[in-house]
Amino acid sequence: MTDLHLWLIPLVPVAGFLVNGLFGRKFPKALVTTVAIIAAAVPMLQVADIALRFSSLAKPYIESHGTWIAAGALHANFAFQLDQLSMVMLCVVTGVGFLIHVYSIGYMAHEEGYWRFFAYMNLFLFFMLVLVLSANFLLMFVGWEGVGLASYLLIGFYYTRDSAANAGKKAFLYNRVGDVGFLLAMFLLIAHFGTLNFADVFAAIGANPSLHGGILTVIGLLLLLGACGKSAQIPLYVWLPDAMEGPTPVSALIHAATMVTAGVYMIARAHIIYDRSATALLAVAAIGTATAFFAATMGMMQTDIKRVLAYSTVSQLGYMFLGCGVAAYSAGIFHLVTHAFFKALLFLAAGSVIHALGGEQDMRVMGGLRRKIPVTFWTMTAAVFAISGFPPLCGFVSKDEILYQAFVSPTPAGKVLWAIGLFTAGLTSFYMFRLWYMTFFGESRAVAHEEEAAIHARHDTKLAIEAEHTHPVHESPKSMLVPMIILAILCVIAGAMGWPEGLGGNNWISHFLAPAVSGAHLQYEQARVAIATGAVHAAGENQSPAPAKNLEIILAVLSTLVALSGWYVAHLMYYKRRDLPARLTARFRAVYALIFNKYWVDEIYGALVIAPVLFIARWVLAALVDRGVIDGGGLLAGYTAQGFGSLAARIQSGNIRAYAGWLAACAALLLVAVYFGWTTHFGIH
Amino acid sequence: MITFLTLLPLAGGLLVLVVGRSRVVARSLALLVALASLAIALAIWHGFNPAASGFQYEVLRNWAPSLGMSYHVGVDGLGVLMLVLSGMVVLMSLAASWKNEKHGSLYLALVLFLECGLFGTFTALNFVHWFIYWEVSLIPAFFLVRLYGGPNRNRASTQFFLYTMVGSIALLLAFLALYLATGTFDFVDLARLAQHGQLAAAFANLHWGLGPPAIGEALFWAAFLGFAVKTPVVPFHTWLPATYAEAPSETTMLLTGAMSKMGIYGFLRILLPIFPQEMQHALTPLLWLAVATIVLPAFAAWYQKDLKRTFAYSSVNHLGYCILGVCAAAKFTGADAALAQEKSAALTGVLLQIFSHALTAAALFWFLTLLERRAGSRGINDFGGLRKVVPVFSGLMGIAIFASLGLPGLNGFPGEFLIFKGSFPLVTWPTAISVLGLLMTAVFLLAVIQKVFSGPVNPRWQAMPDLTAAERLAFIPVIALMFLIGLYPQIITGMIHSTIAQWIATLTPGVTL
Repeated sequence: MTDLHLWLIPLVPVAGFLVNGLFGRKFPKALVTTVAIIAAAVPMLQVADIALRFSSLAKPYIESHGTWIAAGALHANFAFQLDQLSMVMLCVVTGVGFLIHVYSIGYMAHEEGYWRFFAYMNLFLFFMLVLVLSANFLLMFVGWEGVGLASYLLIGFYYTRDSAANAGKKAFLYNRVGDVGFLLAMFLLIAHFGTLNFADVFAAIGANPSLHGGILTVIGLLLLLGACGKSAQIPLYVWLPDAMEGPTPVSALIHAATMVTAGVYMIARAHIIYDRSATALLAVAAIGTATAFFAATMGMMQTDIKRVLAYSTVSQLGYMFLGCGVAAYSAGIFHLVTHAFFKALLFLAAGSVIHALGGEQDMRVMGGLRRKIPVTFWTMTAAVFAISGFPPLCGFVSKDEILYQAFVSPTPAGKVLWAIGLFTAGLTSFYMFRLWYMTFFGESRAVAHEEEAAIHARHDTKLAIEAEHTHPVHESPKSMLVPMIILAILCVIAGAMGWPEGLGGNNWISHFLAPAVSGAHLQYEQARVAIATGAVHAAGENQSPAPAKNLEIILAVLSTLVALSGWYVAHLMYYKRRDLPARLTARFRAVYALIFNKYWVDEIYGALVIAPVLFIARWVLAALVDRGVIDGGGLLAGYTAQGFGSLAARIQSGNIRAYAGWLAACAALLLVAVYFGWTTHFGIH
Repeated sequence: MITFLTLLPLAGGLLVLVVGRSRVVARSLALLVALASLAIALAIWHGFNPAASGFQYEVLRNWAPSLGMSYHVGVDGLGVLMLVLSGMVVLMSLAASWKNEKHGSLYLALVLFLECGLFGTFTALNFVHWFIYWEVSLIPAFFLVRLYGGPNRNRASTQFFLYTMVGSIALLLAFLALYLATGTFDFVDLARLAQHGQLAAAFANLHWGLGPPAIGEALFWAAFLGFAVKTPVVPFHTWLPATYAEAPSETTMLLTGAMSKMGIYGFLRILLPIFPQEMQHALTPLLWLAVATIVLPAFAAWYQKDLKRTFAYSSVNHLGYCILGVCAAAKFTGADAALAQEKSAALTGVLLQIFSHALTAAALFWFLTLLERRAGSRGINDFGGLRKVVPVFSGLMGIAIFASLGLPGLNGFPGEFLIFKGSFPLVTWPTAISVLGLLMTAVFLLAVIQKVFSGPVNPRWQAMPDLTAAERLAFIPVIALMFLIGLYPQIITGMIHSTIAQWIATLTPGVTL
């Protein structure tokens, strides 16, 4: 490949941000739209062009545009890198990003601050593209922090609402905890390898086959902390459900399809580090599995449609971590891709429902929307079946690949991880069909709701605006429906990309990604070094699937059955026998309370971390650091006054003579000293 | 050139006093002088040869050679950076005062006198007149607080003066002892003696009944006290929040932007070259003081109710990173070339941070000036929803806050990153703990944004005017500079490269970078 001008890809969105950010307030709406859409479309077209010319790369294409920070041996450049991994990410980010920009035209049409919304969205695209294109950890960190900033601004889009402002702050701070891990990992990388360039770091590790565990474990765990912040994993996941305060397209783009997957991308990018540390790898898998399970249980109890999807996102990200954690990075990335399609679609469809109901987000007052908004219903149905894992939809293929890889992983914990993952798949199917039934089936509770629209005006400023129009439940405009239809088609067909060989496919995506993420093809290695970690021998990717064929079929059937049973239970509880949920919650009150209150995690963090810190800051430090201002200062003033007698007293009185006196005293002291110096010092010599 | 630069604001200040009947004339003249000073400082920057080591624009006039006194000025990469910084901060402060009717010709003259003291301090290479400038800059600062400050200005200014005076006395005594031992007040000579190990031998001349190492350590701690109060280093910081809060915000811009840098400058120009062994011996306590200076004020900033106090503590926190970098660079590393590289990175970071903090802190207090003038209030809980009322103001101040928070792409990040990057292999644990400071910084800065700019609009400020066209124009270069340094830090690191290489050569003899 010749010159690809990768730098143009992020540059165009930032130009869009600058134009709309600086002048958008005065622009007519159509101009704002034009600028923003062009800024999202151009990178997509450029990426499409590159993708069409992309055949294969033996080693990454890197272009460098000058030094950013240089000190000693470290030279961090504005350098961009294209390989199979960033190619896939670019397609997802620009493709889904563009669709959601289009969707937002309709969804945000009535919003005040329309220009501001699109400026922030372009800014987000810029940072996200920097993140996936960067050729070193430091520039990646720029994108990493930048998407956090864009997310902060967009979560707090309705900034006059306290809840939105709080949610934005919470997201930024939980991410910042992760960033501490990322930063420390970078310092360790510099200290041990003298560089932050992906190619150089990974080559250095590759060239040193005896390097295992130890420092790589520490680096891997610190990077994992960063990934947990960005990708909302235990213990830092709590910001994501609150992030739903942002407008729905934001939830779809940032908090489902792209930004939150940055942690998965980072782990896949740094997979050489994880390949060499069984401990760090196991930690990734364990955190992912635990998060997948707990988030799914919390998703079962939510009544706000967006919050169900938020917990679902946390849970699905857990699957991606599980995939990476059993060294099946391409499976993790594949699930990232399919998740971007179905979860973005779920959010967009949910947005369409909310739009139709004039801002209502509570599923308890929905119902019976199937015939009123049929396009929304059918597209969402595709997504629901995809995420629940019904073959041949994309969610089934990618999730099954992860579960299969966990099962065949040589880690002793592999079977346990698989079993939890499988059970969680059932929970996923349950909560998704619960949402489906509550929203689209049964009698319409929205009719009664419409009259109360004004009363419910607490949820969304959208509501207040649309309540004035009080039009009946209506299907969304084309600008919203077309992106949804495209995503629905992708949900149906995208599975073909990774159809497993065991089921007669060719698992194209795994082969495509192999040069970038497969442990067996360490492209960065100078010498081909066998990865002899034993426990973490790059599982799967390049092993012959033939002997496992039967196993793969059995596992696929099993997971389909699990998905079906989840559907069945939801059907029973939320369609056939509507009284069941109430009776069950009465029966299992303790469990219900535990899960309904989200395990009180926010409260526990509040009590165990925030309250003590606040206490220390407020009382201990207040006494030591701040009160010291008055007391210590007063004490010192007192002592000085005694010590220096009348001079100090006059200084305190503040008249000019005192200062003249002080200067004179200093001068006198100098002269005396100089005199003594002259006599003693030069007397001696 | 340097002498002219130093005397220009002094003359300008006197002229302002003489012709300053009319405020319009006085402020125009003061601004002109500040502009001219900055222009000369930039000319020096432009003429400075970054490849050459040693001092440039050097002037050495024997004054009273038998008494060790001479007029010796000159700049290296550090000095030239400080000159531009001082010129920039003074100009920003005067611009902020433009519309303040209370700030008449005396105020403007005092600011210019202070600028003279700053220029002098950052160029003097002989202790005697360096110390005069050091003290001379204190006096206008004192009167700026005393005459123009808030309701508790008397107490605050007295406390400020007493603290810095105690530090100054300690510093003075230390240098008198140095002079008695060596017969010179010249920084360059003293550093050379220290480098060749002759300083310790000279201490024997003092006949104090103590061994030379003990004398060296005593002198080091005395000099340290002087700079620790000025910077300040926790626990010598307690004068600062009161002073910063009571001073008019335009003066606080000077205090935090330029005067606090005198302390760090002392660390770099005096402590590190003249007392390298003593710093190595005292490394452990120094490091923990640095960590305390980073972490504790970040917590303290969190529960402040007064925006000026919040940013005052934030200022202490940010300068703590500089102290950490300097201490890490002082560590004894033998002939290890890799660690010498890390020292170079840490010191590069320190200088970047000095400049970047001056810019950010001055900008933040400028915004507070404007806010206070519009609202007559600066309680953190008095506002809310300002983004809706004054979007341009909020947006620009938001950028400055995120710069202070260390967002990559803005000016705060490169310096902090290099300090941490360099310090981490040298002093791993103190650095790792200090990284928590970054977290706390985010906590309190986002709390400020949330309480002031977000939430429901406080009806009291419904009619608050946004930035005027002139104010917007004035902020354009400030904000542009934040992005410039954030994206292209070489504009500064290029100037200081050989100076730092020289420091490293003296700190780690036998290692060439």
